[in-house]
Amino acid sequence: MSSIPKELKYASTHEWVRNEGDGVFTVGISEHAQDLLGDMVFVELPEVGDTVAAGDDVAVAESVKAASDIYAPIGGEIIAINEDLEDAPETVNSDPYGDGWLFKIKADDPSEVEGLLDAEGYQAVIDED
Amino acid sequence: MANRTPLFDAHVKAGAKMVDFHGWDMPLNYGSQIEEHNAVRKDSGVFDVSHMTIVDVAGAEAKAFLRKMLANDVAKLSVPGKAQYSSMLNDKGGVIDDLIVYYFSDESYRLVVNSATRERDVAWIQEVASKFDVTITEQTELGMVALQGPKAAEKLRLVIGDEAFAEVDGMRPFMSAQVGDLFIATTGYTGEAGYEIVLPASAIEKMWDDLLNVGVQPCGLGARDTLRLEAGMNLYGQDMDESITPLEANMGWSVAFEPEDRDFIGREALEKQKAEGHDKLVGLVMREKGVLRHGQKVVVDGGEGVITSGTFSPTLGFSIAMARVPNSVGETAEVEMRKKFVTVSVVKPSFVRNGKGLV
Repeated sequence: MSSIPKELKYASTHEWVRNEGDGVFTVGISEHAQDLLGDMVFVELPEVGDTVAAGDDVAVAESVKAASDIYAPIGGEIIAINEDLEDAPETVNSDPYGDGWLFKIKADDPSEVEGLLDAEGYQAVIDED
Repeated sequence: MANRTPLFDAHVKAGAKMVDFHGWDMPLNYGSQIEEHNAVRKDSGVFDVSHMTIVDVAGAEAKAFLRKMLANDVAKLSVPGKAQYSSMLNDKGGVIDDLIVYYFSDESYRLVVNSATRERDVAWIQEVASKFDVTITEQTELGMVALQGPKAAEKLRLVIGDEAFAEVDGMRPFMSAQVGDLFIATTGYTGEAGYEIVLPASAIEKMWDDLLNVGVQPCGLGARDTLRLEAGMNLYGQDMDESITPLEANMGWSVAFEPEDRDFIGREALEKQKAEGHDKLVGLVMREKGVLRHGQKVVVDGGEGVITSGTFSPTLGFSIAMARVPNSVGETAEVEMRKKFVTVSVVKPSFVRNGKGLV
């Protein structure tokens, strides 16, 4: 059973979102997603300063098995990316909710996050797959 | 329900992620396929290959039968235990399956063929055999493990003991020996030294546990695929099938056109194709970010081709692939990846051997 932390919000496309305060949100992929993809070999991240809308494909997680698009769960400006993934993409596998985070967004409209799934809702999405 | 090998419970116990592989429940990985891959390149790993099909051929006309059915020539085999890579072709020269044939005597051979093609293979073997004085026996009570890696010999010695190991100590590649219940061959699908060990299904779990207990890494299909691709070894159904001839699949070296009077099935078609020209299977190397994948379009000098197998190479740290392309291919190719074209190098389809990169 893969872990789904209660304090995070989720997109049905398997991204998680953590509220860091001040309208800043950290984004990563769920443990379930990294498990489906298998060993990560490259993570292509957006550029700091990019403006994105919810649902835009902004990053690519490439595993031994497949390349998978990662979508922005909310709109805003990319204010940080996890540069450590350049040399250690496997961190996404080993610590998807911690050191394996992907990027931080400064939300245009923080209330957009409320439209995302809670842990229970995301669990239901996984169960349907 | 899917077929299970005698090691099914052992895989689950070892934490395997099980997947369906052509009707068999097989381990994909036991956590990280890259770690499993690296264990085989640097130390040792063991694979359950019990799903593969073992067919024994015996009888007065065993040699004549195999000289008819196989593209390589078993008449080249004279040392008991010697193994040979070969293939069975249809009349059009298409590959029904690739296989390893082991020679015991002119009247006794063993074939190890793929699991995915089991029914087709056995039916074909029976059909060709019906015209010869031979007995075909599918060995369903045997299991098989592949112990691979630079430390394979050391680990095998620890498990089977000095006395039994002495019988295979120093055995050259592509040889085999029956040691008690164990049929031990110096063959494999990884590009490393190692063994494929055939043994009674009832004894396989103990062998597996013993190997794990001396520190051998259990490895799944994921690592098996990246290892074989680095080694430049074909995967049936992906790099070739019944619509592809050995000449188009970098298997020409395993087709014996000499002696000229050996009339093996598919010969006429291959000779015609040889005269007329044909596509070939090449290696591709991409040093920039990204991973080449099966099915991607490849544009080369003189035409277009397709990637038959592609992956990230854990040993090399970049992506490699095999692609079938027109013979006019030059030193580079353009691969269509995620809506853009990327230039990659064209190399011989062999990327890693004995832990060392070749590209």
